[in-house]
Amino acid sequence: MSQTCPECEGPVELAEPVRLSEIAQCADCSSELEVVGLDPVALALAPEIEEDWGE
Amino acid sequence: MIRASVMGAAGYLGGELLRLLVGHPEVEIVQAVSTRFPGRRVDSVHPNLRAQTDLVFSAADDLTGCDVLFLATPHRTTMTLLPGVRPRAGTVIDLSGDFRLPDTAVYERYYGVPHTAPGLLGEFVPGVPEMFRDELAKADLISVPGCMATAAILALRPLAGLVGQDVQIDARTGSSGSGAMAGDGNLHAERSGAMRVFAPVRHRHEAEVSRLTGLNARMTATGVEAVRGVQVVCHATGTADERTIRRVYREHYGDEPFVRIVAHRKGAHRLPDPKLLSGTNYCDVGFAVDGERITAIAALDNLVKGGAGAAVQCLNIRTGRPETLGLGFPGLHPV
Repeated sequence: MSQTCPECEGPVELAEPVRLSEIAQCADCSSELEVVGLDPVALALAPEIEEDWGE
Repeated sequence: MIRASVMGAAGYLGGELLRLLVGHPEVEIVQAVSTRFPGRRVDSVHPNLRAQTDLVFSAADDLTGCDVLFLATPHRTTMTLLPGVRPRAGTVIDLSGDFRLPDTAVYERYYGVPHTAPGLLGEFVPGVPEMFRDELAKADLISVPGCMATAAILALRPLAGLVGQDVQIDARTGSSGSGAMAGDGNLHAERSGAMRVFAPVRHRHEAEVSRLTGLNARMTATGVEAVRGVQVVCHATGTADERTIRRVYREHYGDEPFVRIVAHRKGAHRLPDPKLLSGTNYCDVGFAVDGERITAIAALDNLVKGGAGAAVQCLNIRTGRPETLGLGFPGLHPV
C-alpha cells in the first residue's frame, strides 16, 4: 500500500496488512513515521525514543 | 559497436574516459592519443587499467577515423585542435572549456585569450542530459560543462524562478581537478592539508552556470583535502517553503537516472557528500530552507559526472543506447 509522507510528500510503501503503531521510514527524507490510523490509513511523525527511567 | 577514440588520453579525464569505455559493452576503443606518451602502454600511465586493455598511446598525427572522438585536451589548446580533427569523427564530445561559452567576449574574459575558432562556438550542444536530452540525440558537437559548473547547474536550475537572481556558489574541489601535470601548487607538501581558496572571485565556471540557469551566479572555489570530488553550496533567497522546493526538485529529477535528491532528516549522510560518489556517475542534490534563505547543495565525482561519465552518458544518448550503459557503478561505502 502506498501512502504519502506527512513531512516531505514522498511515497511511503507499507506492507499489508497494515498494523496500528507500525513504524515505517520515508525513503526520500528518512523521517521515521508511525501508523496512527487504519480506516483510513494515516501516518504521522514517529515520536523520538523517550527515556522511561527504568519504570 | 561504436568506434571511439580519446585525445588527451594520458590525463586524468582521459584516463577516466578509458576506464569507462573499456567497460562499456558497445564501445570499441580505436585510439588513445597522447602527445607525451606515444608508443607507451596505456596501463603504464593508468595502472588501474592493467589486464583491462593492451592499448598503446598513439601520436596525435596518427589519429584515424572513428565514430566518436572525445577531446580531453587542455583549455585554450582544444580550440586550435578541433578544426583539424573534426573531419575524422562523426561526433566530437569535448571536455575542455573551449566550447562551453557561445560568446567570444565572455570566453576571453574568463580564459584570458581570444577564441581561435569562433565560428564553431554556436554549434555545440551542452553535455547536460538533464537539460538537453533531445538536442543531444542529434548533436554532432557536444561540450561537457566543467565539474563544478555541472554540480551548480543541477543544484540551481530547478530553483530558477523561485529564487532571486543573485546566487553565491561556494565550491570545493579535490586535487584531480587540477589535472595530471606537476606544478608548484600541486606538490604534496603544498597541497596536503590545505584548504586553498584558489578562485575567490570570478571562477570561470560561473559563466557556464549563469548561462544555463539564467541566474546571476558568483562562484568562489576552494581546493580541499581530497583527490576526487566536488561539492557546491549555493546560497540564494526566496519565499518558497521546503515542500515547494522538494516538489520542484522531484519534478525535475524524479525520472533522471543520475540525479538523486538527498535531503534527509536523519542519519550521518543527510546532504550530498562527494565522498560517497567516487567513481559513480551520480550527482546528488539537496537543500535546506530557513525563512527566505534557501541553500542548495550538490556533489559529484569531478572526473565522472563532472567530466568523463557525463561524456559517456552523452555518447549513449547520441547513439541511441540506454543512457545508463557502462555507467552502473553504484559507488563504495565505506570508502
